[in-house]
Amino acid sequence: MKKTNDVILQTVTKIISFIIILFSIHLFFAGHYTPGGGFIGGLMTAAALVLLLLSYDIKTMNKILPFDYKRMTAIGLLIAVLTAAGALLFNVPFFTHAYDYFDIPLLGETSLHTAVLFDIGVYLVVIGITMTIIQTIGESE
Amino acid sequence: MSLLHLAIVLPFLAAVFIPFLFKGLRTIHTGWFVLLVPLALFIYFIQYLPLTGGGQTVTKTFQWIPSLGIDFTAHVDGLGLLFALLITGIGTLVVLYSIYYLAKEKEALHNFYVYLLMFMGAMLGVVLSDNLIVLYMFWEFTSISSFLLIGYWYDRERSRYGAQKSMLITVFGGLSMLGGIVLLYLMGGTFSIQELAGMSGTLITDPLFVPALLLILLGAFTKSAQFPFHIWLPDAMEAPTPVSAYLHSATMVKAGIYLVARMSPVFAESGLWLWLVAGFGIFTLFWGSFNAVKKTDLKAILAFSTISQLGLIMSLLGVGAAALHYDYLDENIYMIATIAAVFHLINHATFKGALFMMVGIVDHETGTRDIRKLGGLVTLMPITFTIAIIGSFSMAGIPPFNGFLSKEMFLAAMISIIEVDVFNLNTWGYLFPVLAWVGSVFTFVYSIMLVYKTFLGKAQFEKLPKKPHEAPIGMLISPLILIALVIVFGFFPNLLSNSMIKPAVEAILPALGDAGQEVYVNIYFWHGFTPELFMTLGVVLIGIVLYSTLPKWQGIYNRIPERLTLNGFYDKGLAGSETGGYRLTNGVMSGFMRTYLVYIFSFFVAILLATLFIRGAFLFDTADLAQIEPYEVVLAIVLAASAITILFAKTRLMSFISLGAVGYSIALFFVFFGAPDLALTQLVIETVSVALFLLCFYHLPEISRKEERMGFRFGNALLAVLVGLTVTLLAFSSFSYRSFESISQYHIENVYDLAAGGNMVNVILVDFRGFDTLFEIAVLGVAALGIYAMIRFRAVRSENE
Repeated sequence: MKKTNDVILQTVTKIISFIIILFSIHLFFAGHYTPGGGFIGGLMTAAALVLLLLSYDIKTMNKILPFDYKRMTAIGLLIAVLTAAGALLFNVPFFTHAYDYFDIPLLGETSLHTAVLFDIGVYLVVIGITMTIIQTIGESE
Repeated sequence: MSLLHLAIVLPFLAAVFIPFLFKGLRTIHTGWFVLLVPLALFIYFIQYLPLTGGGQTVTKTFQWIPSLGIDFTAHVDGLGLLFALLITGIGTLVVLYSIYYLAKEKEALHNFYVYLLMFMGAMLGVVLSDNLIVLYMFWEFTSISSFLLIGYWYDRERSRYGAQKSMLITVFGGLSMLGGIVLLYLMGGTFSIQELAGMSGTLITDPLFVPALLLILLGAFTKSAQFPFHIWLPDAMEAPTPVSAYLHSATMVKAGIYLVARMSPVFAESGLWLWLVAGFGIFTLFWGSFNAVKKTDLKAILAFSTISQLGLIMSLLGVGAAALHYDYLDENIYMIATIAAVFHLINHATFKGALFMMVGIVDHETGTRDIRKLGGLVTLMPITFTIAIIGSFSMAGIPPFNGFLSKEMFLAAMISIIEVDVFNLNTWGYLFPVLAWVGSVFTFVYSIMLVYKTFLGKAQFEKLPKKPHEAPIGMLISPLILIALVIVFGFFPNLLSNSMIKPAVEAILPALGDAGQEVYVNIYFWHGFTPELFMTLGVVLIGIVLYSTLPKWQGIYNRIPERLTLNGFYDKGLAGSETGGYRLTNGVMSGFMRTYLVYIFSFFVAILLATLFIRGAFLFDTADLAQIEPYEVVLAIVLAASAITILFAKTRLMSFISLGAVGYSIALFFVFFGAPDLALTQLVIETVSVALFLLCFYHLPEISRKEERMGFRFGNALLAVLVGLTVTLLAFSSFSYRSFESISQYHIENVYDLAAGGNMVNVILVDFRGFDTLFEIAVLGVAALGIYAMIRFRAVRSENE
């Protein structure tokens, strides 16, 4: 394939992808109070990664971000299940979430919620599966 | 588990050791070990004779499945014991005979004796079980072991055919019988025959009584080869001769007789029972004897003869049921019928067993069973000839043998049926003695044929495959014992009357004993110039005339074309059901996904629309409808336009883009209806899926990529419209039937207090209903792994190729 010079695309991607990733993290953390959450956050992050994939190529991508996305999916599922199962340790039904308010330096009084842990699981799974599918299809001829 | 139970299952236990004995002791014929089993059992059962002769019964219960009322209850009474003695006694003789009949070098004896012992145990179980389910279990055991025995020489095509046929017919009857048993249980609440017999008076008014009666009779008729189910028996003659002698003359075919006799106390109060049992029996008698005359194979003649004799016993049992209706008569003539049935049962077992063994000897020593090739054997095989002539004369009902006595009693009973004036039998009643007499004439003809064509007449030894000579003594012992019994029972019938016949009749007709009638059995030769004596004289005279003119009228048998016979119907029916089933499957299972989708959607539409309109469930309530906004109308039009474009798009690419438009419009709907999370997700997912569609399109083969718009099919269009209509109607109706408030109020109120969240959708997803989410992400993970696996494995496979 003829190598074209897509310097504009690559430069824009460098800036844009960070913005997308930040936006996706915002969506993720804001999910409990405003629209967003693990699913859409994960998809957005995956979108940023896909943008990188489009501008560069799979080899470069694997060098920058050497993740095994299948493993990421598994870890996400594990986190989700463990979060749900953690409730059993406190003698409450499976999937009982807990939250409380903590005084954290810099952030001040913040609520910490185990539902976020579960959402992290969802987030990782969504990134994992999206990237697995796209990488698998992209690598196949 | 009592000794009685052990006796019943002893053959099964013994069967386990047969293969070891066969492999370990090759020098001794395995039959010698087997012989001990029926012999020991026979001696054991003899001990019960004085007990049942005194009118007592023995019941031993072994709990099997007490919670379902299924117990292995062994019940010994006159009837059961009579059969048990027949089974073990003739079993002993048959095993002895088979030792000389089957060569130990050539035959798979371990198979043979295992099947035979299995059959013996099953048969003992049938006749000694009081519990109907246990009886049914043993009943099916007899079917299976009989199937195995008929197919013993499984490399012969005719053996397999006969085995399959008998299996299909008897299992059909067995399953019907199971249905009857279940109905009896529903009526009486018990599986015990004795208890059911006790409540026969209340059972007869039950609406399930007639179905139960018919189903039980179906089981009995198929097993006992009654018309029109008799067709399996002639084909079962492919079995080795000891098997034919044992199963298909003395024991298994009498299981149906046993069942009818055993269930008589339950059903005999009904006129239908009398009519069916006697009617089918008498017609079977006629049909069997009529057909026996045309056969040329010795075993086939005996098979039809067995059918005919079983019909005789069956009709006697039916007529015997009339005894219950006429118990005011001083000398109950109908009771004679039951006595005759039991007596003839014993007689038939003796002479038919002997005749089968005789045929086996002829077959063994000459190499053929075809009467057209045989003849003039009398000088070479005098002992076999003696057996044949005594057996045949007894079968034909000629004095002084036992067949004469039971034939006389039979004719007497058939004449007496004319006097029955209930159930409108008085006009049809004349059919019984007429058919009985005609049947007896044909019985006489084939009995004479059996002796004359085999042993007398012109010798034609050049046609025989072997040089004939008398059989070894071992082979002759069993038929000689049976023939001796024929003569003994012929001259001294009252040896049996009090010891065996009386208790058996009391077991068949217990109501008579309760009514204070004494069962009086006295069988004697000379009873004056009665009508039956003249009938017998007529039988002999007409029989001799018919036999001597046989070649002149034998042509009538060829008048009936093969395809109109019952065998023809059976074969055609079997082939028809096979091809029919094949065609049906082929017609329905086309292998096209499109066809199956048409089925699924058609049933979907048919069932839902029918339910909707039959139940009058359609309702359209406009009270709760929201205001329709202009932007919703515009968006709906856009949505509909894009959806229609998909249908009529010229290229696939156009369809994909339209599909994307549909997806984005839905996302906009989500925005308008206040679902930002859904809108966000829908947008991203729609983008991804359109991208994936495009990827698929890119990889399409060159030819189909250029394909024009899809073709129009009216059926598909109609179905699609109907599905849409159904779903729309359902949606309207379910909207109108909203019967209670939604639970969302709870979520709205508690989203912050309980879950510390503001985004209700997300709180429901991760907190209130987190379970669903957990498994949804699991689904996504599986999908991703699936895609990975499909693509990677395809790559590996193409590398290998």
